Parts: sequence; structure tokens; C-alpha cells
Amino acid sequence: MFACIHAPQLPPDLSLAEFAYGFSPIVEEAAGRTVVIDAEGCELLFGSAYQLATDLSRLAKEPTTNGGLESAVNIALAANPDAAIHAATRLKGITFISAGEELTCLGALPVEALEFSLVNVEKKLADEIFETLRLWGIRTFQDFASLPVAGVSERLGQEGVRLQQLAAGKTERHLKVKQPAPVFANSIDLDHALHELEPLSFIFARLLNQLCATLNAYALSTNDLTLQMQLTDQTSYDRTLSLPFPMRDHKVFLKLLLLEMEKHPPQAAVKAVSLTCDPVKPRVVQHGLFVPLAPSPDKLELTLARLAKLVGEQNVGSPVLLDTHRPDAFNLKRFVLDGKHSKREFQNSNSVLGFRMFRPPLRAVVQVDHGLPAQISAWNKQRSVYGKVVNVAGPWRTTGDWWRKDSWARDEWDVAVETGKPGSEQQSVYRIYRELSSGAWFVEGNYD
Amino acid sequence: MRAAISKAEIEFNVASRFGDAFRIQEKPVVETLSSGIKEVDDLTGGIPRGAISELHGPASSGRTSIMYSTLAYATRHDEVCAVIDINDVFAPSAAAAAGIDFNRLLWIRCGGSLENAFKAADMLLHAGGFGLVILDMADVAGKDARRIIPSWWYRFRRTVENRPTSIVVMSEEPCTRSCAALTLELKGAAEWSRASVEPSNVVPMRKPAKRPSVTQGNLLRFNSIKVNRQRPLSPWVNESQFRAFG
Repeated sequence: MFACIHAPQLPPDLSLAEFAYGFSPIVEEAAGRTVVIDAEGCELLFGSAYQLATDLSRLAKEPTTNGGLESAVNIALAANPDAAIHAATRLKGITFISAGEELTCLGALPVEALEFSLVNVEKKLADEIFETLRLWGIRTFQDFASLPVAGVSERLGQEGVRLQQLAAGKTERHLKVKQPAPVFANSIDLDHALHELEPLSFIFARLLNQLCATLNAYALSTNDLTLQMQLTDQTSYDRTLSLPFPMRDHKVFLKLLLLEMEKHPPQAAVKAVSLTCDPVKPRVVQHGLFVPLAPSPDKLELTLARLAKLVGEQNVGSPVLLDTHRPDAFNLKRFVLDGKHSKREFQNSNSVLGFRMFRPPLRAVVQVDHGLPAQISAWNKQRSVYGKVVNVAGPWRTTGDWWRKDSWARDEWDVAVETGKPGSEQQSVYRIYRELSSGAWFVEGNYD
Repeated sequence: MRAAISKAEIEFNVASRFGDAFRIQEKPVVETLSSGIKEVDDLTGGIPRGAISELHGPASSGRTSIMYSTLAYATRHDEVCAVIDINDVFAPSAAAAAGIDFNRLLWIRCGGSLENAFKAADMLLHAGGFGLVILDMADVAGKDARRIIPSWWYRFRRTVENRPTSIVVMSEEPCTRSCAALTLELKGAAEWSRASVEPSNVVPMRKPAKRPSVTQGNLLRFNSIKVNRQRPLSPWVNESQFRAFG
């Protein structure tokens, strides 16, 4: 049994829905100052359905201090919510419609009174149907309901059939209960400020548990987690975790947050913690059967965060070559497995030549004989290069970026240096270069 | 016969308490990853998965070339690879020329810290999912390499066992001892396709077309590769050592 409350003269500052929530937790807010409540199970509190309607009508007339609406309301009780809505909006006072008796009460209502939006019919189409019905001489709900269903379907389509069921009071649906908008944020004010990370981790765990439970309830994930903390020195500590893929595992979030906090500890004790996330749809990936395994995204993120903590964020990632001829020009970008398989045919060739770059280049002393390097000597704490140059090729001159302060101009040589005993075959091949501006020699790296 | 029946009876009786603890575990055939170089694959059968392989040799002996080739092959076949670069010597331009797909390569620069490199390797191996992890210790001095605690290698070996991950350790001297399933000792040097250039003070500018046989990095390598298998790769392979010249 459903009860519809229609308040035609409701003061604008009062909420009909809040009034209805005093009687039932299941309330649908319909258009035009109308609400529908599910009266099923209210018998223990309010007695019979008619008693409930009487109480509703009486309380609505009460002043707001007593929880009333200070206005008269129309109330209709029916077996389906749509019939109750029609009765409450069109009939004054209290209307009780027994199951199967809908047309007895509503049969005389004009066809134009049909709330077509209740059965998802557009206004334009509904107007066309009403015009057709008017031409047919169909004026009331009773007339419309008595038409043969097959004929209505043939002439007016499925929308006509749905409208006919609405007129006959035979629709079946659940109430569209208004849910409060989900909040994907959690915060906590601490009684005592926290200095250390360990007790904070328990706070994070609690907040993340709630946050991930909310995400889980709505089948959502997040790839942006924002941590805001109020510190005792009246400053705010903000960090954002940007993940390459949406996740909702609170354990992973907790570890990532702790690693982030270890890398960037707050300057003062924490007195309030707030966590916010942007909900997004979870990632759905169909892997190929024969594609090799890859690290799972959550484990990879954790590993990258730990590696960044170990060796520094600037030392972990994927290399990206820059669009320049400058030697050793590259960037490191964040390592992200995008799941794309850009498989190209691997060409087994002998042209693969390994090169080991010395960073920074090794300052060298080079003896030149007839314009060619003859002896080389270079060392630092890590490595040393010295010996007789037994083979040489070059030079190759490269210049670039002459319009910038960090322009380069140099002559490059490939030299084979005798590294073993004199006369032995043991050689190492290095790339050396001479800066044209300063005339200084450097060892850039070795071929290996 | 009687002894065999008794053993079977004993196993049957204790099976409820100890499961199949008494059964001899058959060692599965080891999968391998191609190095991308046919000659090396012919010699070694490929780089074993779930095990440590070691490449050692002096500078310019071809260690990095084999590493690049293996990385190129693995990344082109959708393996996720990682390079732990202790002395920051990885050259992206040369690696790109070798055909390595950077989208599937994680590069970790350790700034010369051997300890950080081993910790990073441990993290990667425990994360799982990597097809190839390269620990580049080629510039680490022999005395430092010898100081590495053997338990690290045992730990790595144990971690990757029964996983499809290959660990390749590059070093100047052998350091993994008995933990490596495959050891490649490289000897050899790169040579130019032409021995040298004539002494000349004329500097070729940008277009070396007049001397096509000598271009920068146009080197050939004559390698001597010594293969040593500490553990048999598969049950029917029982070779321990052989030498080949490529």
C-alpha cells in the first residue's frame, strides 16, 4: 500500500519530504509538491492504512513547531504509487483506493490528467497521443482503459500501451527513493596532536577503510587521493597521490601514503587529517592468453614508490629520448604499463652495439701525434682510462644549439686503447671528444 | 622388490601426516628467454628463466651489446624489463638504436651505491611480473664485487625460482659463484670494419659519405664466449663447459 501526499499550498520554506520521513523511511519525491511513501509495515506504528492517512492529514495542519506543514494536504492510499499520485493530485481530502478498484475512483478523470512522465513518455509524444485520443472521442481514464490493448499497441505503439496501463492503474514499479549524494571524503580531528608516523598510520588506515568501503559500495575506484592535514603551526600539509590506474585497495593506499609521508614528512605535529578521493570507474582490462605476465598495477605502484624512496624519484622511470642532436639528451618519465602491445618484429641483426656512457664525462689528458690521439690518460674515483691508442677513427664534428648558452661543439673520436700488456690483444674502445671552445678532452664512454 | 614395497607402504601410511614430502620432486624443464643473438642462443640455449645468469668479461668484450640485444628481444615480445644501473652508464640513445622498447623498460639509477642496487633488485623480484631484470655491475671494481655477501645471491635465486623472471648479472669478474645457472665469460674486443683511418688533419663535416666504411660506432666484434652451466638447464643436458668462437 502506498500513500501519496500532495500539498497544493505548501509554504516554500517547508519540505514535504522531511515531513514524510516522519512516517516512513521509504519516500519518493514526485514532481509538484507531491511525495509518495511506502506504507507497508506501518501498521504497528499507525494502525490501519486509513488511520495513517488520518494522522498524516491531522499533523499536516499542525504548526511547524509541532512538526506540521501549516496547510491542508490531499492524501491518497492505493495499491500502486501511480494511482495514488493521480488520486492525490486530483481529489481533495483523503482517498482510499482498494486494489483493483482504481478505475472506480479515477475513471472519471480526463485523459490529459495522465502523468506521462511516470511511464517515461516524452511530452511531445504524449501530446500527440492525447490529440489522437481526443479525435477518437476518448475523454476519460475509463474510456482509455477500456480500449483493446492490441489495438492501442498497433496504433499508438508501446508508449500508448504504457499510458493505458497508467490510466487503468495497473502499472507496477518500485519507489524511486532519493539517496543522499555519496561523499568520498573522510576526516578526523585529533584530540592530541601526533608527531610520529606510526600512530598516524592507524588514523590513515581507519579513514582509508571507510573511504574504500564507500567506493566499493558504489562499484567505483579512484586514481586521485588527496591528503590534507592541519598542523599545530597553523599550516596545512597537502599531498596528492596520482595513480596511473584506478584502484580501491585500502592496503595499497595506506602503504603509498606512508611512503609519501616518509619522503616528505610534515614540519609540525598533526592535529587534523582529511582524505578525499575522486571516484572514477574501475579499470577493466582483458589480457591476452599468450601475453607474458606483467606486474600487477598495485604492486608495481608500491614497488615504484619504494624504489623512489630508495634511490630518489628522479632516478626511477622510463627513458625518453629528446628531439635533439645533443649528446646524451634524455628524460626520465614515470614508468607506466599502459597495456598496449606495440609488438614489432624483432630483427636479429649484428648491428647492436653496446655503449656505456660515463656520467659526467671523464676529463682526459690526450697526447696528439700528427693530429691523431696517441696516448690517453683519464681517471676519477670510479674509473680510470689510460694507455696507448692503438686504433683510431674520426673525428666527427657535431655542433648545435648555437643560439643558447649551453651550445655544444666538439670533435668526436673512437679510439682503441691498449689495456693489457704492451703488444697484447686486449683493447678497450672508447669514445673521446674534444670541446672546440675550450680545447679540453673528455672520455664520453666506452663501447662494450 | 621387497624393499620397494616396504617403501611404498611406509609412504602410504605416513601420507596422511606428511603428504608427499617423501616423493622426489621432478625438476621441470627450464624455460629460456632468447638473447636475440643467434650464435649466443645456439651456444647456451637461451637465458634461463627463474634463475640467475651471469655475463662477465673485461671492458669492450660485448657484455652491454648482449644486454641490449636481450632487452630489445624481451621488450619487443611484451616482457616487462628492468635495468638496475649501479654506475649510471645506461645510454638511452644506443639502447634505442638497438631496438629496445622504452615503454616496457624500467631504468633505476643507483648513483654508485651497490647496497641500493641490491635492495632495488630485491624489491623488483619480490614485486614479480618482470620478465628480465638486469643488474649492471660491469663498472664495479673486482674487490667490491668480491665483497658482496653470498646470501644476496642465494636470496635472489630463491626468490625467482618457479617464476618466469630471468636475472642477468653483468660484471667484470665472476661474483655470483654457484648461484648462477648460466655463466658467460666474454673475451674479445671490438674492431673497426676498416682498421684505421689515414692520418689527416681534414675534419669530415656532417657527411661522412666519402668514407663509407668507417662510421662512428661501425664496429665488428670477434668474441670468445665461454659457457659454464652450474646447474643443468634441462634433464637431458649434461654439459658443463665448452668453448666457442663466434
